[in-house]
Amino acid sequence: MSDAAQKPRSFQEIILALQGYWARQGCAILQPYDMEVGAGTFHPATTLRSLGSQPWAAAYVQPSRRPTDGRYGENPNRLQHYYQYQVLIKPSPPNLQELYLGSLEAIGIDMALHDIRFVEDDWESPTLGAWGLGWEVWCDGMEVSQFTYFQQVGGHDCHPVSGELTYGLERLAMYVLGVDHVMDMPFNSPDAPIPLTYGDVFKQTEEEFARWNFDTANTEVLLDQFNEAEAHCQFILDQPAEDPKTGKRIVMAHPAYDQCIKASHIFNLLDARGVISVTERQAYIGRVRSLAKACADAFVQTRAGGWTPEQESANAQ
Amino acid sequence: MPDLLIELFSEEIPARMQKRAGEDLQKLVTNGLVEAGLTYGSAAVFTTPRRLTLALGDMLAASPRQVEERKGPKADAPEKAIEGFLRGAGLTRDQLEERDSPKGKVFFAKIEKPGRPAAEIVAEVLEQTIRNFPWPKSMRWGTNSLKWVRPLHSILCIISDEAGAEVVPLTVDGITAGNTTRGHRFLAPGEIEVAGFEDYQNKLARACVVLDPATRADTIWNDATNMAFAAGLEVVEDAGLLAEVAGLVEYPVVLMGRIGEDFLGLPPEVLQTSMKEHQKFFSVRNPKSGQIERFVTVANRTTADDGATILAGNEKVLGARLSDAKFFWDNDLRTVTAEGGMATWVKALENVTFHNKLGTQAELIDRMATLSRELAPLVGADADEAEQAARVAKADLSSEMVYEFPELQGLMGSYYARKAGLSDAVADAAKDHYAPLGPSDDVPTTPVSIAVALAEKIDKLTGFWAIDEKPTGSKDPFALRRAALGVIRILVENDISLDLNLVLTKANRGYQFAKTEQVLERFASYFIEVSKTEDFCNQEALGALVQAERLLSKDTDLPMIEEATSKQIRDIIERYSTYQLSHAEDLAEYDGETVQDEIANEISPRRAKRKSAPSRRKLSRARHSASVEIVSFIHDRLKVYLRDQGIRHDVIDACIAMDGSDDLTLLVKRARALSETLKTDDGENLIQGFKRANNILSQAEEADGVEYSFGADPKFAETDAEKDLFAALDKAEAKITPAMVEQDFSTAMAAMAELRGPTDAFFEAVQVNAENPTVRRNRLNLLSRIRTICTSVADLTKLDG
Repeated sequence: MSDAAQKPRSFQEIILALQGYWARQGCAILQPYDMEVGAGTFHPATTLRSLGSQPWAAAYVQPSRRPTDGRYGENPNRLQHYYQYQVLIKPSPPNLQELYLGSLEAIGIDMALHDIRFVEDDWESPTLGAWGLGWEVWCDGMEVSQFTYFQQVGGHDCHPVSGELTYGLERLAMYVLGVDHVMDMPFNSPDAPIPLTYGDVFKQTEEEFARWNFDTANTEVLLDQFNEAEAHCQFILDQPAEDPKTGKRIVMAHPAYDQCIKASHIFNLLDARGVISVTERQAYIGRVRSLAKACADAFVQTRAGGWTPEQESANAQ
Repeated sequence: MPDLLIELFSEEIPARMQKRAGEDLQKLVTNGLVEAGLTYGSAAVFTTPRRLTLALGDMLAASPRQVEERKGPKADAPEKAIEGFLRGAGLTRDQLEERDSPKGKVFFAKIEKPGRPAAEIVAEVLEQTIRNFPWPKSMRWGTNSLKWVRPLHSILCIISDEAGAEVVPLTVDGITAGNTTRGHRFLAPGEIEVAGFEDYQNKLARACVVLDPATRADTIWNDATNMAFAAGLEVVEDAGLLAEVAGLVEYPVVLMGRIGEDFLGLPPEVLQTSMKEHQKFFSVRNPKSGQIERFVTVANRTTADDGATILAGNEKVLGARLSDAKFFWDNDLRTVTAEGGMATWVKALENVTFHNKLGTQAELIDRMATLSRELAPLVGADADEAEQAARVAKADLSSEMVYEFPELQGLMGSYYARKAGLSDAVADAAKDHYAPLGPSDDVPTTPVSIAVALAEKIDKLTGFWAIDEKPTGSKDPFALRRAALGVIRILVENDISLDLNLVLTKANRGYQFAKTEQVLERFASYFIEVSKTEDFCNQEALGALVQAERLLSKDTDLPMIEEATSKQIRDIIERYSTYQLSHAEDLAEYDGETVQDEIANEISPRRAKRKSAPSRRKLSRARHSASVEIVSFIHDRLKVYLRDQGIRHDVIDACIAMDGSDDLTLLVKRARALSETLKTDDGENLIQGFKRANNILSQAEEADGVEYSFGADPKFAETDAEKDLFAALDKAEAKITPAMVEQDFSTAMAAMAELRGPTDAFFEAVQVNAENPTVRRNRLNLLSRIRTICTSVADLTKLDG
């Protein structure tokens, strides 16, 4: 019970508690990826690093955007911009469930009073060509996290398997803090000289982005951007592995993947604008998926992705 | 004799997979053991979210010694063959036995297999079982290569007897079997050492694990019903949910919570669905009002505060869920009670695709409305009401509630229809028109519901048939078999007679309008063509005009008609609108179908004017053949339906072959009557007599090249048996003819069965192929009367045997 903490009083205390906890478990505490993504999974620290044989352990907060979920800051639970806390450990340790439960204690959930349940929920991301098996974790009937053992990412079998934990931070924090409307949640300490609520920080942006997402975003520009990102991604991947300037082998998986992320987010925006029909939707998802797969193919050709010169020469023979 | 205990302990197994997994574990292990000669006295299997447990009682301690006799090559076979045989058997030459056989001396080998200790066999079988376990979905974890439903943590495998317990030596992918397990994840997580099944079960019970899922389910149900009863309420039964919840907990603790006052006004089904789907709560109902007032949730533990925190959390989550549901309900009610009512939703369905080749939901609704109208008089419904019901039946697909809970489609429609002030019959049809959804689902029984339910299914069959999406083998993505069975059950169980072929042809016509872009395109060009000829005053052109306007007003942005073309049509309409007005009467009478027909048949405009009649025939023939195909598809489903009721397929074939088999109700009556008749002694034997008569007749007809069909005359009868048959036939005919007019098949068939005696007697006494050609002809004509009478009831030639 060394992690049993004082009950947190603000959103940021919960984030800090998680950061501290996973740091103590040996994870590298990374920072959010500097691009618009739909979920923490899109961070290359998860998608790309779950591939290949190199061990990995990282945790980070990832701002996530879901344009269709915008409600002008009025809905108690729905936001078009929210935070996920993401943990990825490869290979998945045998005590991952216990580690996870420890993190709940760390944010002040008393294991002796609550009912924690692992309820079947298999994860699949059609845009990433990825799937895994696991659960949604319930605390007293509320889903507080996703727990997944990755089986495939970008069309590649995961060997070894990564364990992924995703916490929806606002929802979890609202539960722990006993808040009914997300905008009422204390962001920093209520005792701070300038106490701020979640609403103080985000009400304005939720309104603005809801209007932009639903009604203003220029769909023609977006469609062009989607096509550009797609072409750009392909262009990057088409470059030879050997860099003509340095003479080094530099496979550019990450720059290409940035374009894939961009395409994915633009697709989400187009979706929110309602200009994508049901049939087209599948086609767009398919296009993003082929980018994701191509990036995954490229990543396993990098050193970080497990590529070795020996492997190259073995393949040549 | 020793007992065997196996426990496979893992992370949480999905509830829906546990039962099957338990059965598979028992099957795979016991089959493997028995195959290796290790028999046992009793077997029991248990599952919890974290474990699969198998206990075998009175297992053999070792497999018995086995002696196998193997036949080898002949004694004079080449040396090589004999050596090979010896190698295979693991014996030396002097151990072989020579025996005489019809082909000379042959070697025989006796191979003795010593018995093997149980532990050795169990280890092999269990490893095989674990490695090949048939999980519906399985996964890898960490660096392992083993697949299991979720990470497998430990294997308990012991063989125990009075002397004590022994661990079976076994390692699978780094997991070594032992004699320990763990208790409840939170309440007793420590390691437990186990000496046998009883010890295991007791220690687990102390460690807050109820091993038997049936016990957990019973506990949940008893506690829930007691708790509800004490509050004057009752739990809504749900066996599926009970089994699922029992699979989510190792130590069930039942808690009853309250539903916020604000939500009690929601329809009970909404509360129930929301609570069940999202939260896995049982609904608790007030037996007096039928309202859902509370819920039961099942926790996996006890707590110091008696579950107060858990319950408060669950109530809060439910509140959030139901706020969503109430938000949808209030919004929906606002729409349906506003001006426009449910029509607002129907309008919205113009933008929702039903199927990309079959148009939008709104077009589907149009077709259903037309068809429901046509069906109404045939099923005793009011035509206006049936049409209205069809128009609102699918409106709820636009509602927010159905968007959130698709499983409530139809049901919500009937709530909303009532709120919109529509009649009960119309409201009920919204709920009923999808029914029956399965072979045991209730069929609609009120006329309006019947009309709309039939229209929905017939439209579906016709449409998917038209675009060639017929079911093949196990593939039936649009559930057409279910639709066909639905049509059958609605008609038969409501005792409704109607000509299916006719209805299908009408349904088919609905698609000629909605069907395709090509038709519209061709239509537009044809219209322009005709208008150029200055011949626009003729009937064809007028029809075209009517159609053009209809199409254009329906959807101003017909994507398949070029903008220019569409403008051209508009101009023409504009120019001749004066003319149109002065000929309003002619136009009203004209249904425009001729033109549609022409276009659909790809006949050029000029030829169309001359040859409209034959082409119309051609089209109606095409429609007809599609209908015939669908009827035969429905007949196939009918065979399955009746076979389940014990009616043989050949009996059904004999009835399908008759005129009027498009009327399923009539067909089923006939088949039931025939099936009953065949169960009687007379009936069964008459068929033999009939077949004999028919065979003799067919052979004679083939040989003589004539058909013996009439003219049998009693005056040429030579024997009493012959005369009796004449009399019996007259008598039977007198009964059968009026009975058939009344469609009273039982009477007709009973009368037919009475022919058995005279027919048998006739064949006993009379040689049909008599020397005298007149007598012979007369007898053959007499036989033909049997054939005629019998086949007027059913085509008995189709019967087996």
